Amino acid sequence: MDFEALYREERPRALATLIRLLGDFDLAEEALQEAFTAALVQWPAAGLPANPCAWLVATGRHKAIDRLRREKSFAAKRAELAYLGEAVAPAPDPGEEPFRDDLVRLIFTCCHPALALEAQVALTLKTLCGLSVEEIARAFLVAPATMAQRLVRAKGKIRAARIPYEVPASDRLAERLDGVLRVVYLVFNEGYAATSGDALVRRELCNEAIRVGRLLHSLLPATSEVAGLLALMLLHDSRRAARLDAVGELVTLEEQDRALWDRGQIAEGRTLAEAALRRGGAGFYALQAAIAALHAQAARAEETDWPQIAALYALLLRLHPSPVVALNHAAAVAMGERLDRGLRLIEQLEATGELSAYHLLPAAKADILRRLGRRPEAAAAYERALELVTHAAERRYLERRLREVGSASDA
Amino acid sequence: MQYLLLIYENEGASAGLSEAEQGKIFQEYMDYTNGIRKKGNYIAGEALQPVSTATTVRVKNGKTLTTDGPFAETREQLGGFYMVEAKDLDEAIKLAAGIPAVRTGCIEVRPIMPTPKPE
Repeated sequence: MDFEALYREERPRALATLIRLLGDFDLAEEALQEAFTAALVQWPAAGLPANPCAWLVATGRHKAIDRLRREKSFAAKRAELAYLGEAVAPAPDPGEEPFRDDLVRLIFTCCHPALALEAQVALTLKTLCGLSVEEIARAFLVAPATMAQRLVRAKGKIRAARIPYEVPASDRLAERLDGVLRVVYLVFNEGYAATSGDALVRRELCNEAIRVGRLLHSLLPATSEVAGLLALMLLHDSRRAARLDAVGELVTLEEQDRALWDRGQIAEGRTLAEAALRRGGAGFYALQAAIAALHAQAARAEETDWPQIAALYALLLRLHPSPVVALNHAAAVAMGERLDRGLRLIEQLEATGELSAYHLLPAAKADILRRLGRRPEAAAAYERALELVTHAAERRYLERRLREVGSASDA
Repeated sequence: MQYLLLIYENEGASAGLSEAEQGKIFQEYMDYTNGIRKKGNYIAGEALQPVSTATTVRVKNGKTLTTDGPFAETREQLGGFYMVEAKDLDEAIKLAAGIPAVRTGCIEVRPIMPTPKPE
């Protein structure tokens, strides 16, 4: 019996239902832990129950009631038991639906906008994904005590302010779903964007974000942005093995060894992205997924469909105007239409001063100037990018490019 | 579950309003209060005199110290409150979002701590 796999599989649903029944995150987590301990003893002897999740919920609930009876003083116990009356009454339904509904409740409660964003992320990783406080602390480079405090505070607010354990009403659902997707994407990026820190934990963050993305997609299959986010994460993640070279240097998309890309993940991501676009209502995530899919389907960098990528960025820019999207649009225009047109767009963006501290603006400008053969200007732009860059691997990339075009003062 | 909805606004901003504009806001508050009374959420609600009338009191070593005004300079001042009954934070947030001042100032939603009441 593979308990590790069973634990991973059953834990989120069982926990979600226990939180509803017991009305308390901590109590539910402890109860589930005790139920798993009991399962370790009983299942190998008695065999796997027909519905392991229902077994864990029923056992966990009894453990929680026992615990409260043991621990509470009489006065407190009376109040608690009166409340638990609700918890004791309904027998857990072995059917699938209630467990699924509880999972959705858990996701929306963890990502409630009344909690600070960092608390939403921590709570999602702790309860939904089952990461330990130490793992989450390591992933976000904070002390375990700080992370533990953050979780205590979040759970305290859920209790004291009575943040509901409910799927939001339909008039608020879209807005609240945006918040959930933001948390999932943030978890993914935390694992994907940085190459420093604990590689195993970072890998875990990406896997967990994709796992939650899959869960959301199975619960809300008709929502384009949910499919779009899952597609986007799968497509980015498919390039993981090609992003760093043997000595840990960052490899740009253009120079990656495409044979290392995960074809299965690309196929799944493309299917999801295309379906999301066809369905309509494609937004921030589905459009980015479509762009990532176009990159993924080019067998060689030179075969990239830049005109279509530029068109998708133009659409994204209209829906979600931001200087970073504008920069990506300009770079795609340079590659897909004309270098000088892209350069003009970048110079317009530069003039607004909005990205004056962002190293990728001079880096993108430098790349276009390099392609145009305007080497001294390219060198000056690479030097400007080097003043701003903080990431070591990106710094090495820029330094290498600068050497290729010669430094500005040589000219 | 009870919540206190604390209304913070820039007092200076409303001073410049015409009588008609002030009357309109007053009517909005009347409508809002009547609305939440009918729905059964209303427990209490009052507007406060401006911060210039406030006195801050402390007792140090048995001596009562009073100072003029509030203890901190802020852009927005506490101008009034509602105490409401709501089923959870989502309903309390919905009630807070209906208070007229929410458009110009902000509303702080604070759950009332449940304490044993004398029998």
